[in-house]
Amino acid sequence: MSKINQDSKPIGEKNENEIANLETLGLSQRQIIIRRFVGHKAAMFAVFTLISIFIFVFTAIGITIGPKGFQIKIPGWWPYSITDIDPEGAIASTCNGGVTGCPTLDLVPGFFDGDGIQIGKHPFGTDIIGTDFLALVARGAQQSVMVMFIVGTLGVTIGTIIGAIAGFFGGIVDAVLMRLTDMFLVTPTIIIGALIGFRYGNLGVGPLALLLGFFAWMGLARFVRTEFLTLREREFVDAARVAGASNRRIIFKHILPNAMGVIIVSGTLLLSGAILSETALSFLGFGVRPPDVSLGLLISEYQDSFSVAPWLFWWPGALIVSIALCVNFIGDGLRDAFDPRQRRRLSFKGKKTAQNLNQK
Amino acid sequence: MMLVIVFGASFLAYNLQAYSSNPLSAFGESTALNKDFLIAKTIRDLQLDVPPPIRYFSWLRGIIAGLWGEFDMGLSRSNIPVIELLSMAIPVTIRLVITATFLAIILGITVGMITAIRQYSRFDYVITFVSFLLFSLPIFWVAVLLKEFLAIQFNDFLVNPVIPPSGIFISSLVFGFIIAGFAGGNRLQFLSVLLGGAVFAGAVLSFVSATKWFLEPSLGIFGIFFLALTSAAIVIQLISGLDSKKGIYAGFGTALAVTLLYYPLQSLMSEDATLFTVVMMFAITIITGIIIGFSVSSIDRRVYIRIGLFTALMSTPPLIIDRFMREFSSYMNSDAIRGRPVPTLGQRNDFLSPEQQENFWISSLDIAIHLILPTIALTLISFAGYVRFTRGSLLEVLNMDYIRTARAKGLNERTVIVRHGMRNAMLPLTTILVNDFAGLIGGAIITEGVFAWKGMGQLFNDAIRNYDLNLFMGIFIISAFLTVLANFIADLLFGVVDPRIRIRK
Repeated sequence: MSKINQDSKPIGEKNENEIANLETLGLSQRQIIIRRFVGHKAAMFAVFTLISIFIFVFTAIGITIGPKGFQIKIPGWWPYSITDIDPEGAIASTCNGGVTGCPTLDLVPGFFDGDGIQIGKHPFGTDIIGTDFLALVARGAQQSVMVMFIVGTLGVTIGTIIGAIAGFFGGIVDAVLMRLTDMFLVTPTIIIGALIGFRYGNLGVGPLALLLGFFAWMGLARFVRTEFLTLREREFVDAARVAGASNRRIIFKHILPNAMGVIIVSGTLLLSGAILSETALSFLGFGVRPPDVSLGLLISEYQDSFSVAPWLFWWPGALIVSIALCVNFIGDGLRDAFDPRQRRRLSFKGKKTAQNLNQK
Repeated sequence: MMLVIVFGASFLAYNLQAYSSNPLSAFGESTALNKDFLIAKTIRDLQLDVPPPIRYFSWLRGIIAGLWGEFDMGLSRSNIPVIELLSMAIPVTIRLVITATFLAIILGITVGMITAIRQYSRFDYVITFVSFLLFSLPIFWVAVLLKEFLAIQFNDFLVNPVIPPSGIFISSLVFGFIIAGFAGGNRLQFLSVLLGGAVFAGAVLSFVSATKWFLEPSLGIFGIFFLALTSAAIVIQLISGLDSKKGIYAGFGTALAVTLLYYPLQSLMSEDATLFTVVMMFAITIITGIIIGFSVSSIDRRVYIRIGLFTALMSTPPLIIDRFMREFSSYMNSDAIRGRPVPTLGQRNDFLSPEQQENFWISSLDIAIHLILPTIALTLISFAGYVRFTRGSLLEVLNMDYIRTARAKGLNERTVIVRHGMRNAMLPLTTILVNDFAGLIGGAIITEGVFAWKGMGQLFNDAIRNYDLNLFMGIFIISAFLTVLANFIADLLFGVVDPRIRIRK
């Protein structure tokens, strides 16, 4: 049957399929997925960029964990922290007619504008009182990344569990769980987020992220449920049941691995959504509070000084955008890797071959 | 069923808010002599001695009373009925959201369709990257950028609106690339379209710069005629194809008629016009279009009537925009504006003189100009989603067997894509559209914050900061209700556009 189907497809597509089949000959499912993902150039570039950003922001100023008073500090390699003030350094790099604290980073070669390539004392500049902006941005990015991962982990876990139970058992369990999901779904995330953030934002970023995570699972639960509804009717589930497998075993060993694609892909989307909503909440004043910093908070603090000191606005924004963009590209690459139906992007060589075959 | 969900969710939200807020915290450091009295008064006013789950039902009674017309959402903490506050804020937010949604839908579907047709082209890759970029942009950041570059710098530019030659050159080239990307084709076609587009844009921009058009903008009859012809061409291409002679008569005839109506309609658009005038204008042009469509053919009239109708619908806005533009210079030079027309804050200018506020054209222009920045911000953000969705959905449909059948029957590409492809690709889109509209309310909260609009966002902010439970619940119930309503409408729409679902029912 499948043979007939393939033959009836237009020539170009048939060849594309044949090439795709040749690419994956004799490999296990996991190998195919990994190979497809590695072959996705944009996604690999995003992975590389994202890891570099993580390493940079977490090693630069070190990590501070724990509640107030019991903090464990791991020092970083950058000489300034968010509490150090360096007014002399800020005055030393004055530009644009008296604006202090301009970035000393200069990537334009010397023969072009006179100054050579240099990093300087404060490559990202300083704020008005002389706090090093690289330290501030790195700290803000740490917070945002932490929120992103906590919300993501929690959302994926809860969403998968609820979706799996609802989809697998069906009937009354499904109805109750889905109505519960709808109940959470009709509440705009930003409303609940603001409410929680306003009350618990002062506890620090960890508890805030935990609370936000409890309201981030609904979309994923719906996807997982749909996937489970189709998968539980498949033959291998019947086979497992005949062989005497318990419900738990069927869910975790047989269905869940098959639903992994959906979970990972919507999980990545959840991550990029989480970082955007954290920064939005902090921007509105419902998230991380001063004296601690977050990328959204930095933008909201310096939005009015855009025309005077634009770097105070560009750096945090650029970090948010690049983190979210990388996560989105990774998500896209994962979707292509897991769902070859959606992937019709051939390698350059493959495309050429297909074209040649087409013309014959 | 959906109502039960709304009530469940409101119960949850009510308790969440009640337990997480402490209206008495404001008195913590108070040194007022009557502190105890104030605390007691607050407790009595807000019924803080009643546990929240029970207090919820006294709130719910007010909502249910809406069934017999005594709708009551309680008082806000400043003793103004919540309904009153909401009824002032909702129109503002809706105004913001509707324009942005429409723009995003139209642009998103168009661009998405083109990227699907030109899959794997350079244009497709560029748009894919741009839409990912837009997905990743925080709206508040975009808003601040827009304020700086579109408002402040554009206002500076208006002092002496001469575009430097380099500016003209670069923007013409960019325009040429976009047009050529849309058109596609082989390398020679691409280059010629690029060149043509760039020359056209360069000519328009030079004209604009040389005549200082921005100071006294107007489209003039030629501009209107050109826009009408363009929209006619698009409508004809979509509905009957440009090779249909009667279609061309209907479309271009309507375009010509609307342009000729420019002079007689001027008297209608006088100083004391109202919204009704605008509706009247649309009615007149649409009737003209229908008559023309009716008269070009004696068979298949429906097709040509549709061409006339849509051409008229699309070419009337330029007539009205032209009228607004001629009001622009007096608006810009008035005391309230002082030559800096694009505002960064607010939803309307309160310093307009009374006669300006009474003038329909000036007050509407004022509202429209205040809408520009927030609308662009919201549109940019939601545009990307529609592009991706339309592209994916259309590509999936184009791989179906019935598309192959349609092609095998010998239908031309236009019919295949518009009739057989797009119609089916739009089905899942209805659900997304409606859900997005409800989700936009959330996005509007942030946008309103950045642009200091006094809409739902502002109220929401107040509600959270003042621990205003009734106000919070008012906003909550409105947005939850909108979501539910949106789902309901999506189901209905789905039935309308997809006959299979109707039959199953």
